Amino acid sequence: MSEEKYIPKSKIGQWFDSRLPLLSLMHHLRDYPTPKNLNYWWTFGAILTFCLIAQIITGLVLAMHYVAHADLAFESVEHIMRNVNYGWLIRYFHANGSSMFFLAVYIHIFRALFYGSYKSPREMIWILGMLIYILMMATAFMGYVLPWGQMSFWAATVITNLFSAIPFIGESIVTWLWGGYSVDSPMLTRFYSLHYLLPFLIFALVILHIWALHIPGNNNPVGIDIKQPSKDTVPFSPYIAVKDLYALIIFLIITAGFVFFAPNILSHPDNYIKANPLVTPTHIVPEWYLLPFYAILRAVPSKLGGVIVMFASLFILMFLPWLDTSKVRSAVFKPLSKLFFWVLVIDVVILGYIGANPPEGLYLLIGRVATIYYFLHFILVLPVLGYKEKTIPLPISISDPVLGGQPNISTTRSREDIKEKQHD
Amino acid sequence: MINKLKIFFVILIFLFSSGLKASEKKTPFIDTNWNFKGIFGKFDRGELRRGYQVYSEVCSGCHSISQLSYRNLYEKGGPEFSIENVKQIAASFDVLDGPNSDGEMFTRPGRLPDKFVDPYPNIESAIAANGGAYPPDMSVLAKARKDGPAYIYSLLQGYVEPPKGYELDEGVYYNKYMDGNQIKMPNVLFDDLVEYEDGTKATTEQMAKDVSNFLMWAAEPNLEERHKLGFRVILYLIILALLVYFSMNRLWSRIESKK
Repeated sequence: MSEEKYIPKSKIGQWFDSRLPLLSLMHHLRDYPTPKNLNYWWTFGAILTFCLIAQIITGLVLAMHYVAHADLAFESVEHIMRNVNYGWLIRYFHANGSSMFFLAVYIHIFRALFYGSYKSPREMIWILGMLIYILMMATAFMGYVLPWGQMSFWAATVITNLFSAIPFIGESIVTWLWGGYSVDSPMLTRFYSLHYLLPFLIFALVILHIWALHIPGNNNPVGIDIKQPSKDTVPFSPYIAVKDLYALIIFLIITAGFVFFAPNILSHPDNYIKANPLVTPTHIVPEWYLLPFYAILRAVPSKLGGVIVMFASLFILMFLPWLDTSKVRSAVFKPLSKLFFWVLVIDVVILGYIGANPPEGLYLLIGRVATIYYFLHFILVLPVLGYKEKTIPLPISISDPVLGGQPNISTTRSREDIKEKQHD
Repeated sequence: MINKLKIFFVILIFLFSSGLKASEKKTPFIDTNWNFKGIFGKFDRGELRRGYQVYSEVCSGCHSISQLSYRNLYEKGGPEFSIENVKQIAASFDVLDGPNSDGEMFTRPGRLPDKFVDPYPNIESAIAANGGAYPPDMSVLAKARKDGPAYIYSLLQGYVEPPKGYELDEGVYYNKYMDGNQIKMPNVLFDDLVEYEDGTKATTEQMAKDVSNFLMWAAEPNLEERHKLGFRVILYLIILALLVYFSMNRLWSRIESKK
């Protein structure tokens, strides 16, 4: 990105900026050149930033009233709902906010998959994003445990017990996680502590994620590099900022619909029953956004195998930039990739559906087939498609919808080329 | 090639989904009109007041509702009894308090901020007095079951003769809406069991509906305020969205025309 050096106008500004370039940073964020052809799928970055901040602020207030103790947690949540001023609003916003957060993150991830945003030179953005996603799941899971309802308790029991699958030291690790010999107060307090800590780690990673984004700049629906910065891009403020704001408001309307008119529709009724170690719920299910991984976990007949495959299903995504061998980023120009993209979407939805149902009979069979496809998509379909697929010709630049463009230089050039270029 | 693949996948999905249709058979709940449902949903004061009467005369013998305070009975959005009335209700209960300066626990008449007094001193005594089954606390019962109010409403009217040849366990009753059809709670509602103060005829159906409404309110005392605020918030957001949308279009028209 060729950007002219920013020099503050005032003397004080210059003094300050030469010591701590905050003003330069503000200037950069404001004028950051953004492709002008971004569609609404690109607004979810801003929406997600909002989600994180909203979760932190509502969580902060909830933490002032919540009591992390097995005997008091459930009652303290009801205390928030009934006696704290607008406690019901804050809690429902936080609880539904996590669902909306995941909805947005899934759209964000699938957008990256469709338009090849993870491909060179944006691998670091993708890897940081995946780390954020994994931390988000850990945070959400621990948050789900805090109300200490039946699902909280039993989800915690099931998930912590996964570690017992580790050979030799598994049982000791579980005891260590629990801080005792059963799921009880010691575990609840440490989950509470971690649930408070992790969002700030996510926040730090988000800063790195955005930093890494601002090095190569945004990908775009056409997936080709910026050719003429003056014609192909617009400054972030006000153009993209206003568009993000508009999308955020629409997103908030949907969120408000859940918060005000169906606040419990996304959670399980059993979580309004106080945790009882003596009564196991008929079906123990996680929140909807973790269901696909729950299905993968249960698709494998062995406990240890299930745990390994489940973690593999997450970590395989880290290697996606190197598994996808295509020279073209955007699926718009790759008809077969486009088709397989939708197959993957449907596959993940099916996994989610299977995760919500008991692992038996046809459900188990479908869960296994869908799990196998999930892995095949990344280790077979994407690498082979990259070599074999005949792509549609690319346009020359974002501003010129004339065909005849070359595949992206940055995705085709080897590491040596990049090095050479840096020496120039 | 691509079209063939598409057709192949569609058929695959169709086959899978049709195989999953075999859903479990469950009696659907009795359908009725719920005043609190919908965007402008509000509780019916009459239903809530009668529901409280049913609760206090019938349910409260076994079921606690420990998250509710007596003051909630006069607060906005609830049964909205008069404050004098609620003071009397509270005072009719003995509340365990203390220790006093002599170190003794004592009982005193209930006051507005007190929580509803539990019928049993602890869960164990509740279980012991009810043949080994704990009568669940009703504070959030309407949210702790799928389709809670309809569930409670149906369950209370669901005591029927078991089908021929059905083996019923000792001390258990048959209910067509209960999971597994066996319930430890006996049928408690009979026509004219309570005498409604407002003169409404106390049919079983009426009492079941009133108490289900009351329990929904007990579980969600802020429901009316939530609906009211929600409508305003969404209206505000829609207007804001329109303003931002038109500003955005105006702004972007500069870019589009620059081509």
